[in-house]
Amino acid sequence: MSSLNKKTFFNSILSYFPVLILFISVLNEVDLNFLEIEYFSFNFVYILIFYWTLKNPNLLGYGSIFIAGLMNDVVIGMPIGISSFCYLLICTATAYLRNITITPNFINDWISLLITILLVNSIQVVTLDIIFSFEVNYMKYFINSGFTFIFYPFILILFNILEIKIKFQTND
Amino acid sequence: MASSRDDFVIAIRSAFLSKSYKQKFSLLTLLFLSLIVLVLGTFNFKAVQYLKMGINEVAYRSSFIASIPENYIQKLNIQFKEHMKVYKNYKKKELLFDELKKKQLSNEFLISENNRLRELINESIQSKDIYAKVLIDRNSPYLKSIILNKGSKDNVKLGMAVLDDSYLVGKIIEVNYTNSRVLLLSDLNSKIPVLLEPQSLHAVLSGSGKNYGVIEYTKEEHNNKLDIEDKIVVYTSGYGGLFKPGLPVGEITENKKIINFFSDFQQMDYVKIVSFELQGED
Repeated sequence: MSSLNKKTFFNSILSYFPVLILFISVLNEVDLNFLEIEYFSFNFVYILIFYWTLKNPNLLGYGSIFIAGLMNDVVIGMPIGISSFCYLLICTATAYLRNITITPNFINDWISLLITILLVNSIQVVTLDIIFSFEVNYMKYFINSGFTFIFYPFILILFNILEIKIKFQTND
Repeated sequence: MASSRDDFVIAIRSAFLSKSYKQKFSLLTLLFLSLIVLVLGTFNFKAVQYLKMGINEVAYRSSFIASIPENYIQKLNIQFKEHMKVYKNYKKKELLFDELKKKQLSNEFLISENNRLRELINESIQSKDIYAKVLIDRNSPYLKSIILNKGSKDNVKLGMAVLDDSYLVGKIIEVNYTNSRVLLLSDLNSKIPVLLEPQSLHAVLSGSGKNYGVIEYTKEEHNNKLDIEDKIVVYTSGYGGLFKPGLPVGEITENKKIINFFSDFQQMDYVKIVSFELQGED
């Protein structure tokens, strides 16, 4: 079955886009902190992993997520392995959601995201505080989870457009 | 009831173990792997330390490149804000300049007098400076740190003080071969001994996770001394031998518990890593 269109460089790059954004986000830590709005921060990586592992896990491999987590720990300066563990917990939640969902529904996904990030952030904060004796600001984590939840629909729109483009290119 | 429990178990098992044709590892394998890395890292296992150092070398350089667009936007934002308040700042600075000119004269005298007195007691401070570029300026909500482009090959050591111009900004907490990490004074985990002048009050400066520091461990009776109207300048006290005494850190102006740092941690491009040695008769 030969393709009608030639597979261009752009086509192949597009399918690696989620992985590319994941690594750039992890290295760049996209959270708009430079706006210097008090308490404002959100976790773009959580949204990215949640969306792509829920919608199309073939485009964002668990191996890449694991390595991205290790890099995130190194960049932020947290104990190595903790972000990988948290990212993979999100993957577990999305894999479970995929298995139990027959008809995908935005509201269900959105509420599931909230529960997932609250759970994952709680595990991270408790681990950092109790096991590694890091002094962490619980309120900041809580607000970060809130903004991550609020920002999901906006980023979802962008990712939906991207997914349609990728599907269109791969189905040529 | 039993069938819904079975469904749950099947869904969980499938989530952990099943993998699609493009996935090379199952979730369970990777979850265990990350836990193993985390646990071994806690016990400073050598293989994990080497892995961390390897990732450090790659990640810091890549992060520097990946941060260029965001840093550019950040600088534009700062420039815009500064541009908006340039006239107000000019008027303030003009007044300050006149004051400083007067103070400079007496300072020069004090410095020469101090040097003469040190010579009398045969004491000298030997310090060594290393200039470094700020590779990554992570304004993370959880950890306030920066990465420098100088590491163990440039004789950077743990605990060395880092200065922005002549103001203290933090200390080295992690050293790799070509780079190192600085814990900024604003980080929640940063605590340094300081001296509050002109009251000559010893205290501990603790990071707040924000752009200012707080005074800790001063007795209630000393708090009254901080009530004077003049601003209080905070210097390193040199206790513990970690920092050179007398490095300016910040000032207390209105709120007597809050220290405004002299240096703007978000606008540092180059810093000075300093080690010092106090040499005396003993």
